[in-house]
Amino acid sequence: MGSLYKLFKENITQYSMVIALVGIMIFFQITSHGILLKPLNITNLILQNSYILILAMGMLLVIVAFQIDLSVGSVAAVVGALAGIMIINNHMPVALGIIISLLLGALIGAFQGFWIAYVRIPAFITTLAGMLIFRGLTYVSLKGTSIAPFPSSFQKMSTGFIPDFFNGQGLHITTVVIGLILTALYVLYEIRKRRTQIKYDFEVLPKGLLVVKILLIVIVLNLFFYVLAIYKGIPNVLVLLLVLIAFYTFITTKTTLGRHIYALGGNEKAARLSGVKTQQVIFMVFVNMGILAALSGLVFAARLNSATPNAGSNFELDAIAACFIGGASTAGGIGTIMGAIIGGLVMGVMNNGMSLIGVGIDWQQTIKGLVLLIAVAFDVYSKSKSA
Amino acid sequence: MSDIILEMINITKTFPGVKALSNVNLKVKQGEIHALVGENGAGKSTLMKVLSGVYPYGSYSGEIMFQNKLCEFKNIKQSEYLGIVIIHQELALIPFLSIAENIFLGNERSKHGIVDWNETTKRTIELLKKVGLNESPKTLIANIGVGKQQLVEIAKALSKEVKLLILDEPTAALNEEDSQNLVDLIAELKSQGITSILISHKLNEISKIADSITILRDGATIETLDTKNDNISVDRIIKGMVGRDLVHRYPPRESDIGEIGFEVKDWTAYHPISSERKVCDNVNINVRKGEVVGIAGLMGAGRTELAMSIFGKSYGKRINGEIYIDGKEVHLNNVNKAIKNGLAYVTEDRKEYGLILIDHIKGNISLANLNRISKSGIVNQNEEIVHSENLRKKLNIKCSGILQKTGNLSGGNQQKVVLSKWIFTEPEILIMDEPTRGIDVGAKYEIYTIINQLVKEKKGILIISSELPELLGMCDRIYVMNAGKILGELSAKEASQEKIMELIMKQGQGV
Repeated sequence: MGSLYKLFKENITQYSMVIALVGIMIFFQITSHGILLKPLNITNLILQNSYILILAMGMLLVIVAFQIDLSVGSVAAVVGALAGIMIINNHMPVALGIIISLLLGALIGAFQGFWIAYVRIPAFITTLAGMLIFRGLTYVSLKGTSIAPFPSSFQKMSTGFIPDFFNGQGLHITTVVIGLILTALYVLYEIRKRRTQIKYDFEVLPKGLLVVKILLIVIVLNLFFYVLAIYKGIPNVLVLLLVLIAFYTFITTKTTLGRHIYALGGNEKAARLSGVKTQQVIFMVFVNMGILAALSGLVFAARLNSATPNAGSNFELDAIAACFIGGASTAGGIGTIMGAIIGGLVMGVMNNGMSLIGVGIDWQQTIKGLVLLIAVAFDVYSKSKSA
Repeated sequence: MSDIILEMINITKTFPGVKALSNVNLKVKQGEIHALVGENGAGKSTLMKVLSGVYPYGSYSGEIMFQNKLCEFKNIKQSEYLGIVIIHQELALIPFLSIAENIFLGNERSKHGIVDWNETTKRTIELLKKVGLNESPKTLIANIGVGKQQLVEIAKALSKEVKLLILDEPTAALNEEDSQNLVDLIAELKSQGITSILISHKLNEISKIADSITILRDGATIETLDTKNDNISVDRIIKGMVGRDLVHRYPPRESDIGEIGFEVKDWTAYHPISSERKVCDNVNINVRKGEVVGIAGLMGAGRTELAMSIFGKSYGKRINGEIYIDGKEVHLNNVNKAIKNGLAYVTEDRKEYGLILIDHIKGNISLANLNRISKSGIVNQNEEIVHSENLRKKLNIKCSGILQKTGNLSGGNQQKVVLSKWIFTEPEILIMDEPTRGIDVGAKYEIYTIINQLVKEKKGILIISSELPELLGMCDRIYVMNAGKILGELSAKEASQEKIMELIMKQGQGV
């Protein structure tokens, strides 16, 4: 029991947000009379929040590096608009259009990263300017109107589902199978991790506790995929999200680049004197943010099936809020990809849940604002206590 | 006893692990200029912080009698209320406010919260006249030099009806002319009945102006000299400041010095902002394998600037000169190159420049050489734990484990983490900037032991330290630096505190 308590205490901020998320879900599940966790609504939740979650991952790196990016909503909009012009107006092949759009995002990120990292204009100012510039360019390029519709292959990115190879009746068997495959991979991973830990003579979780942990995660995982399977299966965009989450978790926890981002955010001077190429790292972080903003813009355009001038407004605020609710530090150097995802889901479930029980958009904004404030206050409080 | 304005009796102040002051006594006569001298770390500033209430009553033991009344200051406001004003070494002026606004900051001439600017300006003009500063009250602090800023500080003190003025190194940053003006002003204030306590390293200045001199060493009062009765020379003061038992404070080392491993030739660097100022002026130094070389000098001598400019050009502009490692010229244009060429720089300020305080010990240790435990950019975290654990044991870092945050460690253990970080880069040359600043005696001994260990592995060590005994106790050779120049080089045998001080002071007088 002692080690369970220790485990809990060491990960309190991580777990507290998971607990909060579960609490919020239970609350809305009850108040919405069971609609929240219906297969259709779960699928909707994923589709509705995908573009914010994509942004939140990039934003997390930005915030960990002790920077900020206010321009992502505008960047998403301008890239969506240009994609519309290329694919709809000029009949460009969809794949080529997507690749060019992502490159454009990288270019925009490089532009802003240049000012921030090398000219040392504060990120707040640079990206505030970017927010205006790229919103303006969106209006210019769309001439104030929307372009629609995208070819169906483009729409599939957001609205499609992976095909069922087994032709299940009322149950998407491929989805269940994928759930089982992921379960097997996860269990293998845990076993391998434990083996290396023992090889290196490190402390390991007691066997009983590990089994409980694995069981819990396996149950939640399979339940989740089963619920999806009852409806239409796995949305394409969920595949995209899972790949991105895996990729960025890997980058942040396993690579030297990830370490450099955290070190830079924790203490830039010390990082520089330890050989971290700080300017280069900041630049890369913004290039990456640009690419993800572009991707987010594409996913949003595909979901809307049109490129509109007002796309992406307030996205930046949702993405930033997701990171902070997920435990990222306002002083840089602290934050996790999973935290940002959970933070994004907290916001997403609240949006969805409040709509389900008929809370007006006016009150939704107010409540979301309060949640952000309380989450960050909690973070500041727990840190001042541990220091 | 009425001519004694201030008496501090048996003041003892301890920080966790260090006794900064032990039974210090200080008696200041009404209307005199009383100098307080001692080496860096002797306890001068700590004593003044006790007096002014920065360290509140209860955090030290002993008594303070001011004008024959027992004082128990809980904060600076209370001591200022009685007329004790301290002017710190780092000036506490707001650069983008005017002279008048600064003088009356926190003490505004106002009625019902509304500032009376006419009264403010009038009083400022009076005060500026008193200190002999010919500037408009509306001039911004940022637009006047350090010397004039010092005068504004004094004017600010005068605005508070000061009875006892404490000046902490007021002339350290001033040129000769400004210093002279300031000294004259202090003498002038004395004639107006204001008592001053002057902390200074410029001993020739002190021997001229002070009425009595109290010498502190290692947190204890050594003696108080009366300049009227005895003819006090600079040599006499230095003798009081130094001369301590060096036995057993430094672990013994068998030196086996090899060939030159590291050499800097004709090194010149300019200040990054005031680009005409040379921070390093034609410096030539070398370090042999298995040798500990020291650089002595006062604060601001350019030692840290030298080290940082060498270490991947991390400081300064228009850097010029040559660096040789094992006889081959290298161009260390960034920190990465410096590290790859076997150089390590243990920074002076471990909190600001050395550590990521929010990160754990493990992450700090591996940061400067992640490539050692990485394959194609992916960190092997198991290797990281093994290496960190080894270093933790080797350097005896006291912690709950390598996952403890470095921000929660004691100073000595933080310093060991910084050392671990650089040992992890497998350097050949280690530059250590104030390696034992602010850590207790026991931890110091451990750091010295680690240094000896490194020397045994034939590494070259360059120590920058403001504590002369440390340099004398640890080094095989000592360079003396001042104002960006190397003034001389002393072997362990010929070096003594007097000789080093003499070299510095002589140059100081010569300019």
